[in-house]
Amino acid sequence: MEITFQLSLILYFGAMVLGFLELFRNSKAITWTMLALLGAGFGLHTVSIMISYFMAGHLPITNPHEATSFFAWCIVFLFFVLEYRYKIGIMGSFIIPFAFALMLSSALLPMEVKPLAPVLQSSWLGVHTFFAFLANASFALAAGIGIMYLVQEHYVKGKKHLAGLFQRLPSLQSLDEINYRLITIGFPLFTVAMITGMLWADTAWGSYWSWDPREVWSLITWLIFAIILHARMVAGWRGRRAAVLSILGFVTIIVAFGGLKLLQTGQHVFL
Amino acid sequence: MRVLVAGLNHKSADVEVREKLAFGGEKLGAGLHGLKAVDGLREAVIISTCNRVELYTSVDEPDSASKNIMAFLGSFHGIQAGPLEKALYFHKDRDAVRHIFRVASSLDSMVLGEPQILGQLKAAFDFSLKNKATGVLMNKLLKKAISVAKRVRTETRIAESAVSISFAAVELAKKIFSDLSDKSVLLLGAGEMAELAAMHLKSSGVREIVVANRTYERGCELARNFTGRAVRFEEFPHEMLSSDIIVCSTGASDYVIKKSHMHHIMKGRKQRPIFMIDISVPRNIDPGIDGLDNIYLYDVDDLQGVVDANMGGRKKEAQKAEAIVAEEVEVFERWLASLQSVPAIVALRQRAEDIKNQELLKVINRVRLDEKERKAVEYMAAAIVNKLMHPPTAALKEDVEDRDNLIAIIQKLYGLNGDTNG
Repeated sequence: MEITFQLSLILYFGAMVLGFLELFRNSKAITWTMLALLGAGFGLHTVSIMISYFMAGHLPITNPHEATSFFAWCIVFLFFVLEYRYKIGIMGSFIIPFAFALMLSSALLPMEVKPLAPVLQSSWLGVHTFFAFLANASFALAAGIGIMYLVQEHYVKGKKHLAGLFQRLPSLQSLDEINYRLITIGFPLFTVAMITGMLWADTAWGSYWSWDPREVWSLITWLIFAIILHARMVAGWRGRRAAVLSILGFVTIIVAFGGLKLLQTGQHVFL
Repeated sequence: MRVLVAGLNHKSADVEVREKLAFGGEKLGAGLHGLKAVDGLREAVIISTCNRVELYTSVDEPDSASKNIMAFLGSFHGIQAGPLEKALYFHKDRDAVRHIFRVASSLDSMVLGEPQILGQLKAAFDFSLKNKATGVLMNKLLKKAISVAKRVRTETRIAESAVSISFAAVELAKKIFSDLSDKSVLLLGAGEMAELAAMHLKSSGVREIVVANRTYERGCELARNFTGRAVRFEEFPHEMLSSDIIVCSTGASDYVIKKSHMHHIMKGRKQRPIFMIDISVPRNIDPGIDGLDNIYLYDVDDLQGVVDANMGGRKKEAQKAEAIVAEEVEVFERWLASLQSVPAIVALRQRAEDIKNQELLKVINRVRLDEKERKAVEYMAAAIVNKLMHPPTAALKEDVEDRDNLIAIIQKLYGLNGDTNG
């Protein structure tokens, strides 16, 4: 773990603390400092990933440390895209903890770089994992926005305490729309990741699908988000239900990502 | 020159007295003109709103000026001294400055933090400025008051939350919907408060207002006021499929919208969120509806609760605002004190300059000097004067406690007589 990674971990931590402060205080200075710390952390994080990339010669996601770190990177990247588009500073309070938790676990996970098994040395590695991580990151953000929705709905339905955080959170409709947009971005990416994964499995092991636990969990995740989209279009499942489901979907991803890693089984053993 | 405020507000005087003393319309110009002629008064700004009539002035001596102002008000408005004396309050110097800052920051308003007062103050100041009724002191004071008010606005949340039921409704609508400009409002029945809420929603930019009233003609009339559209009362369930905000006050004695209706309607709306405001007493919308997803139902008590909580919040913010005002009064007082020594400095400099010129003239007349020598002598005289005058000037400019004393001493030492008190 080199210095750029450590520094970005510290910067993310600082940004997270400011994010918590932001929940209780209305201050542009806090928001700007939070974004600045996160931005600086993101820059160093990018450098850290690029160093590993050039050292390994492929996308650095072949051990748990690298994979979680890259996941965190994707979340922060998407956060900035969203922040640029919607300018909702308070979003940081809800999203940065995700990124920091992943960075922290990344720092604690094994980080030896094993040489890549020859069957896996393929350009599918980059394509499959890139789409998978970007998809998961958009689902992570959708879950964060979902939490924001539930908090804001709690205020509106509670009819009390309509000051402070209530004032700083965006409207329910905006949150619902952002949540929906993130899922409509994440879902096709996830689908592409599934397809490329199948093609890669075929070239590596000679079979598209082998009911490997990771594959099963991915299918479950895919189904959950397919249901979210379908229910929204057909039955108008929006707002609270969409928020809850997207949080559930992200929990599934975390289980698939973290839980299976602990078990270390299946073909995805390296991830 | 000292600051003096004379005035009355909603706390000191009833509306009957306030309206008698108001400087509305034509009266303002005449009033300002008359006020300027008051003995011992140098600058004046008149602010006249429905909650207050106040005169901001700079005077030579506050006590006698107060009497003169009272006499002026009595004769201008034709009011006897008794009731006038009871209604009026006077603030001088530091208290006057604080009062003006508090008024500008809306800390003295009937509805704490209401924003109109600042605009009214600006208008009053502009009027005096145009009529040349202000000078250095009032210009600085009023500009400062405006900037203090802005500081209070940005650094505290005193004006952030809605403190009337109809504004609370608008504020909630903005936290439920991202953009009001594509939302339509259905006005069910036509109570006064419902109309007010609809009007505020209209001015917040909603797309359309639809009125469904039991008397169709009355509905049409209302719809015209909002440049909206009227429908027959029976059609309201159909309208609810496409409306986003329902404002209900029908005067019916029972629920007009029931939970079972809403299940149906929400399905038809594909669960698009709906904000329902029930202003009727007794209530016209089944409160159980609030338990359904994507429906946000507020009745009068809910909205009143929001208003009360917001008012409490404003009071808390007002404490922060008072601290800002106190700080700014301090700053202004320092500036005002330094202003007092300006005439003394000018007189001192003038005296030195006069002596220098007299003595130079004597020398030049007595001794023959060529151009270069004359320049040298003039230069020397100027240098001696400047160096001698520097310490007393600097002392006068300094921020000292007993400035009056210092001014008196310097006047005596340098033989400065005449009017140097400003």
